[in-house]
Amino acid sequence: MSEQTLAPGATREPAGSAAGRPGRTWQSFVKPVLIGVVLLFLLVFPLYFDAFWLRTGFAVAGAIVGAIGLNLLVGNTGQLSLAHGFFLAVGAVSYTYLSGTEGGFGDTTVSGLGWPPIVGMVLAVLITGLAGLIFSPIAGRLRGIYLGVASLGLVFIGQHVLNSWTSVTGGFNGRSVPDFTLFGFSFGSADPEFSVLGVPYREAERLWYLGLVLALGAFVVARNILRSRPGRALETLRDSEVAASVMGVNVQAYKARAFLVSSMYAGLSGVMYALSIGSIAPESFGLFVSIQYLAMIVLGGLGSVGGAALGAIFVAGLPLVFQRYADILPLVGGAGGGLAAGEAARYLYGLAIILVIMFEPAGLAGFAQRFRRRRHRPGGKTTRPPLDRSSTSGQSTNVSERPAQGSDPA
Amino acid sequence: MTQFLSLLVNGISLGTIYALIALGFVIIFKASEVVNFAHGSLLLLGAYTIAVTADDLGFVGAALLGIVVTAVAALIIERLIINQLRGAPVISLAIVTIGVDIIILTDLIRRIGSDILNVPHPWAGDFIRAGGVGISVNRGVAMLVAAVLIGLFFLAFKYSSWGVAMRASAEDGETAALMGIRQGQVSALAWVVAGALAAVAALFLVGSPTPGVSPAVYTVALAAFPAAILGGLDSTGGALVGGLLIGVAETMAAGYQDEMLFLGRGFGSVVPYIVMLLVLLVRPSGLFGTKELTRV
Repeated sequence: MSEQTLAPGATREPAGSAAGRPGRTWQSFVKPVLIGVVLLFLLVFPLYFDAFWLRTGFAVAGAIVGAIGLNLLVGNTGQLSLAHGFFLAVGAVSYTYLSGTEGGFGDTTVSGLGWPPIVGMVLAVLITGLAGLIFSPIAGRLRGIYLGVASLGLVFIGQHVLNSWTSVTGGFNGRSVPDFTLFGFSFGSADPEFSVLGVPYREAERLWYLGLVLALGAFVVARNILRSRPGRALETLRDSEVAASVMGVNVQAYKARAFLVSSMYAGLSGVMYALSIGSIAPESFGLFVSIQYLAMIVLGGLGSVGGAALGAIFVAGLPLVFQRYADILPLVGGAGGGLAAGEAARYLYGLAIILVIMFEPAGLAGFAQRFRRRRHRPGGKTTRPPLDRSSTSGQSTNVSERPAQGSDPA
Repeated sequence: MTQFLSLLVNGISLGTIYALIALGFVIIFKASEVVNFAHGSLLLLGAYTIAVTADDLGFVGAALLGIVVTAVAALIIERLIINQLRGAPVISLAIVTIGVDIIILTDLIRRIGSDILNVPHPWAGDFIRAGGVGISVNRGVAMLVAAVLIGLFFLAFKYSSWGVAMRASAEDGETAALMGIRQGQVSALAWVVAGALAAVAALFLVGSPTPGVSPAVYTVALAAFPAAILGGLDSTGGALVGGLLIGVAETMAAGYQDEMLFLGRGFGSVVPYIVMLLVLLVRPSGLFGTKELTRV
């Protein structure tokens, strides 16, 4: 309820600065213009960058979707889950099974239904949501850390199923993933061929746009959820279950919904992961994947949708970029000595997690917020409430985000 | 029947190893409210230290060094990170230890690579047999050592001033602090003890019938998490019961694998988690954990 304490300071300032409404200052245009520029940049990106960056972009887009989903659950609802890797696997495997064809290599044969990829994708998302919903009664009974470790179990059970259910998952070696097509327009090959401004649009370019659309969609949906009634309910529930239920929030139902939505995001992210790698294997969905996603949202800032996206870019993009520039970067060596690219990235974000929790619990989003605040209120008279130690990191983002929302009602 | 007895004995011995790990996990939680996700990599650190120094120091020297190194590593984590974050929410604390875990584990895996490092136990791969019931000497020794350590631990927990201080601060940290119990000291000591216990567990976990020190040991150590959780995170007795339960269940499932082939090969390694989920369904705070009461 820090809103109340902040409100007087926030409303007095514009009233004092001008008699009557000052109308739109140039500052109120900064945000939409900035968004427009970024969008334009993302749209023309394939014209100027090669396939490596486009493929990295698609992989990162997949991670963004997954991170946003996990953030809804952990950051906003306060349910620690280490099962994200499992839900990614459900999505990836469902898509591959539904849209894949029968076949196999070696002595493993896999079956598939061969349905259109878009149907496969939608159904995969729904199936993953269902899996989340099935887990939610167990999850609903558990609190905090017990839930964290219980969800850990899901990852190991998932690994076992992936290794054993060969006809669907391809077993230990995995299976290849069918390309994505939409009404005859293929995202996995250059069919039908076309080019824009002399740049041929092949797989990488097409996947880039697919990733862009899905990630943006995921972003917008999550923001809308959080800024409306369900979002408020979830955050109240996180801060105090008792208070939430007193206010008329059906705690169990909302927890279940949070699991449903979060695992649907994970399902989509799994499908995108499968598409970007081109094959699925059990080792791609182990415990470490769950930890990676947790790293993303912690780095980005628990509870912030934009933060989750930033964290995903950092954690998912870093190893790929390291790999690419292995021979230029110091310490990161390819064959002779030095660290492997993946290892270097792991050290970095392991360290980053510790530093973020210790010094900036609101993560990258907190940095951005602080920077913006300083610009908005020159003179150093920042009326930022001191963050007390006992508040969760999610709450503190909340504190700093509310006034920002209130201040641009136009 | 002999197969059953054999599995039971082996399961109990594995269970005591799990209990050592889970006990460390629980006392860290009691003393500092941290769910230590770095416990697996601490254990691997102990195993690695023992394996690489065994040639120079001999088995006993290496084992002692491994225990000291792991305990010191745990102490460093507690002093540098956990102690700075006193009072932070439990979930943040857990996530910090995940960060620590990523760093230690990445480093160890890089060092170990795809090798399997051998630890030269004096008893090597010897076997004891009585009738049809057999157990490797390693696991037998493990059972004895663990029993002694756990017994000592419970005595210390009950009667020593550290034990009393720790129980007091677990009960109510603020009041304990007012009574002159130094929270920092209690927590630091808990981490040291937990680190040492993990290293002892590592010593036996990498012996026969396990081939040696490899990154896979980390996954085995993770099975102690369900043990701690299903016993109840804040119950030391629960850790013991949980460890034994998980150990026996896992060994049984692996032993009777052929009768349960429809569940897939390697089902044994999943059993700890299934047992945990089943127990949590019925008792959300574990078998002996204190129920969280909400006061309005």
